[in-house]
Amino acid sequence: MMYWPLCPSSNPVRSILILGFGLVVLSIASLFIGVIDLRPGDLWRDRAALELVVVSRGPRLFAILITGAALAVCGKILQMLMKNRFVEPMTVGTGQGAALGILIAAIFFPTAPLLSQMGIAAISALIASLGFIAMARRLPPTQPFLVALVGIVYGGILGAIMVFIAFQADLLQYIDIWLTGEFSGVLQGRYELLWLAALVAALSYLAADQFAIAGMGRAASINLGLNYTQVVLIGLVAISLVTAMTVVTVGMLPFVGLIVPNIVSRLYGDNLRHTLPVVAMMGAGLVLAADILGRVVRYPFEIPVGVVLGVVGAVLFIWLLYRPARYAG
Amino acid sequence: MITVSNLTHRIAGKDILHDISLQIPKGQITALIGPNGAGKSTLLSAIARLTPHQTGQIMVDELEVGTSASNTLAKRLSILPQVPEIAPRLSVAELIGFGRYPYHKGHPTKVDRQKTDEAIVLFELDELHSRPLDTLSGGQKQRALLAMTYAQDTEYMLLDEPLNNLDISTSRSLMQLLRRLAETRGRTVVIVLHDINYACSYADRIVTMKDGRIGRCGAPAKIVDAGMLQHVFSTQAEVHIVNGRPLIEV
Ligand SMILES: Nc1ncnc2c1ncn2[C@@H]1O[C@H](COP(=O)(O)OP(=O)(O)OP(=O)(O)O)[C@@H](O)[C@H]1O
Ligand SMILES: [Mg+2]
Repeated sequence: MMYWPLCPSSNPVRSILILGFGLVVLSIASLFIGVIDLRPGDLWRDRAALELVVVSRGPRLFAILITGAALAVCGKILQMLMKNRFVEPMTVGTGQGAALGILIAAIFFPTAPLLSQMGIAAISALIASLGFIAMARRLPPTQPFLVALVGIVYGGILGAIMVFIAFQADLLQYIDIWLTGEFSGVLQGRYELLWLAALVAALSYLAADQFAIAGMGRAASINLGLNYTQVVLIGLVAISLVTAMTVVTVGMLPFVGLIVPNIVSRLYGDNLRHTLPVVAMMGAGLVLAADILGRVVRYPFEIPVGVVLGVVGAVLFIWLLYRPARYAG
Repeated sequence: MITVSNLTHRIAGKDILHDISLQIPKGQITALIGPNGAGKSTLLSAIARLTPHQTGQIMVDELEVGTSASNTLAKRLSILPQVPEIAPRLSVAELIGFGRYPYHKGHPTKVDRQKTDEAIVLFELDELHSRPLDTLSGGQKQRALLAMTYAQDTEYMLLDEPLNNLDISTSRSLMQLLRRLAETRGRTVVIVLHDINYACSYADRIVTMKDGRIGRCGAPAKIVDAGMLQHVFSTQAEVHIVNGRPLIEV
């Protein structure tokens, strides 16, 4: 039962069921699409088939679902914290900051364990996000597009710095891995960091009300006894961690954190306690669909999911901007 | 009782609030009046810890503003700012529900639900309760925000120009509700009003403000006269006494 008296069309339960069903169907499809022919019946007969699922297709599926869900949730939280619907971790420098962090880790601490490298990436992502927030505060709050635009430029500058450093250090060939997200490299033993990202995203649900209130602004937050600065910081740390973990494991995925929260917000509003699960499921669904699309379009070749998302996402985003808002009630 | 002592607030070298000392008695409606730019909103923001005060002291009963835990204060005192900007897409019921946050911290209980429903009924929002805020008219939105403040259920309520956008019937029922809250539940209301006739009809006490300073204070019948209007608002208006209360000709 929903807690607040909501009218039927704004009730996300139906959406959760539909999305859940869609996710299951897509997930099954995802397991059986690939260069190596695999049929459901093989799993019982053929050891090699089972191994393929355990070592490669399964991890890939989990990685996709986690990345999609976590990035969408982070996008939503960032939008609430910045009171701006047109920002997401990959366009405000968080993603680029993470990539820059890994590059620095790769140059200076090449032998450090993955977890420490990820830590450096997360800290670098956090610093980059804080830098953006400091800049955005000076921009007029009445112009959300300007903030988004500055974010894109800022991310571009960070990206350029990264290319320059990589060029100097002769590491250019790695950059693409971080800047263009794809899941073909995901194997058992090489993606488990993402479960940590899933955990962080799931934990952030505990603060759903706090993020929703922070979205109402500083005055409203203080009036309700919320430590506004603390909530913003906690949110940014969570976003930086998740972004760093996804960039390290699969690379940057654009648009997920932007489009999914906007669609959900239009359909169900911003009461995060109710909408975050929808955001997570839709994010997972979008990335999964994009990944499958990338695998079948030029079969047997693969188009990286980051590229597919870039195209699909841009189209969806423009559609979203020009579509009049539809309200429940 | 709210006690403000020697409060000075300075922005860019200019004194917005100038050495203010003020006591706001419990269980009464205190109307804060004064011309535009007098510092009324600044004073309320300071009392509600929205702007940290620079010098002086503010006490809400035994709680010192600035050092007491914010969440404790949130259960004692609420504020409805003059121009509340609520950007998130929330339904009326969801917004009002957030007024209960200081109590439930994200895990609403039955009591929170009851208080929310009570506020919805009281502010006649039954038919609007699932409407998104940004589809409401100005007055409907104001009613929703007032309902949220009501749901916060605090002993002290600071309302900055709550009659903005409200029609005469809604304005009167709000003022009557505040009177009931003060008389039957001992609630303390500090309300910024520009219509002094409302202040005269409903407030126990009027505090006048001008240029960041407190002027004459007292019962409406005692302080509202042509001289005060001239002095505080620099306007010449006739004041009649009707049923023992001052009535200003507009
Ligand atoms: N951030 C600020 N920077 C500069 N001046 C400010 C700032 N905030 C308020 N002021 C000034 O402080 C004075 C008091 O403002 P305040 O909002 O408290 O007035 P008010 O009495 O509430 O007026 P109104 O009736 O118009 O709401 C005004 O002159 C205003 O211009
Ligand atoms: Mg004001």
